[in-house]
Amino acid sequence: MYCQNCQEKEATIHLTEITDGLRTETHLCEQCAQKEGVAVKSQLSINELLSSLLASQPSDDEVFGDSKQNTSCPHCGSTLEQFTKNAVLGCPYDYEVFEKSLLPLIKKAHNGKKTHCGKVPSKTSTGTKKQIELMKLRQELEAAVQNEDYELAAELRDKINQREK
Amino acid sequence: MKLTDISANINEWFDGSGPLADIVISSRIRLARNIAGHKFLSRCSVAEKSEILKKLRDTLMSLELGDKVFYLSVDKTSLLGRHFLVERHLISRHHAFGNGPRGAVIAQREFFTAMINEEDHLRIQVLKGGCQLSQCYEQINRIDDMIEQKVDYAFSPRYGYLTACPTNLGTGIRVSVMLHLPALKMTGQIEKFLNATRDMGLAVRGLFGEGTEAAGDFYQISNQVTLGASESDIISLFENAIIPEIVEYENAARNQLLSKEPEVLDDKISRAMALLRNAHLISSQEALFLLSHLRMGINMREHLGASTPAIEKLSGLSDASRGTDKSETLSISTINRLFMLTQPAHLQLNYGKQLGPERRDALRAEIIRSALNG
Repeated sequence: MYCQNCQEKEATIHLTEITDGLRTETHLCEQCAQKEGVAVKSQLSINELLSSLLASQPSDDEVFGDSKQNTSCPHCGSTLEQFTKNAVLGCPYDYEVFEKSLLPLIKKAHNGKKTHCGKVPSKTSTGTKKQIELMKLRQELEAAVQNEDYELAAELRDKINQREK
Repeated sequence: MKLTDISANINEWFDGSGPLADIVISSRIRLARNIAGHKFLSRCSVAEKSEILKKLRDTLMSLELGDKVFYLSVDKTSLLGRHFLVERHLISRHHAFGNGPRGAVIAQREFFTAMINEEDHLRIQVLKGGCQLSQCYEQINRIDDMIEQKVDYAFSPRYGYLTACPTNLGTGIRVSVMLHLPALKMTGQIEKFLNATRDMGLAVRGLFGEGTEAAGDFYQISNQVTLGASESDIISLFENAIIPEIVEYENAARNQLLSKEPEVLDDKISRAMALLRNAHLISSQEALFLLSHLRMGINMREHLGASTPAIEKLSGLSDASRGTDKSETLSISTINRLFMLTQPAHLQLNYGKQLGPERRDALRAEIIRSALNG
């Protein structure tokens, strides 16, 4: 079936409208549909998906009845709000810090699944405590560089190198 | 190594070889990884990004990959060069046009790329011609093991490999196959196919060109679920269910065209031949669209034994790319070559300078004419 507007391209968007019991059908190609403003987006962008999912959950505020919604991750400083906006998290620990809010979204994105069952690194990775410490040291290092305290920066750099060995 | 060292030729995975390559052009597996003890990139300062970049670059360049590898500083690569890398499927659009210190480690034969500081600290991919997902996984898994010996990945026993976006969580694996489905399109069944794949939770994208519009009947389908299914489960779903079914449908549609509508088929192929052999200005969209019909014609002859007047005439075109040996018939690798080398950045890089759209259209038409007129 050809698009009833341009009569050139294949009609791929079929619109059925019922107004006052009167049924009208419209068949358009993608381009014309877009021009007419009736194009349906075939896939939601990831940001839209995330925002709509997070928005559909009760906010922490509603659950806890206090201002807990401003919680930020103690390790990287990011907030849920930033995640909704950018669709990316701030650090690996966000998965723990925001677990309650993220879990429904994780399940939705992965067909209801919420536990890993694939490859596991053969080398046991550095303990959580050490990883958090490394992130903290790096943050302090950045601050030291910003304040032009190069002595402290060198000290911190040594500490990081030591722990990474 | 310069980009112009590779830009005059097609990559190995696009030379038309490999199992089922008449329909499944190539297979790709990509893994997303982050280094433990660092924040994700969105919260990293430029200094921390540089530190990650250096660490991963040194690690990757020290690996034994069975091929020469070269490193590219993506943020210092020219705009044209970055467009080229995207056309070549060596790096993602996100990586090419993102910001901050970032790089790519690329195997000279182009089967392997590592993107450093894309959305995650590290994304590695292996690409092969035809349907070869298991082989891709075997290779990328081995490379991943080698990297893991040198850096600590962010990993949680519960959630698996931790990624910046929760949609990649778990295995961090993205399995993709690139498909050429001209007959499903011609017989009006493509929408049905696209809806069915989306219903299975798979993502469908166009292979060439901007956005999601599929140009030249090339589609890329990939998994979206990465958590709660193992790597081998996901790969086996593609190899044992999804791919055989698609190949069967496309072949059925090709046979249907041959038996029921040979004139429609011949008309498409003949028109494509006539335009490509005579046009003096041709856009990349139009070239993709027309070359797609030639590709289908040659494959139908080789794989289905099709012999309609247009297909005979098509395969009778002497292959100009084979030099003086005019006895050779037009091959798939010549057509694939035209697909790749007539992309905008390829054209300009091989020409040696930036060209406006009209000059590109003229140059593109010239390359195609000379390849098809022997």
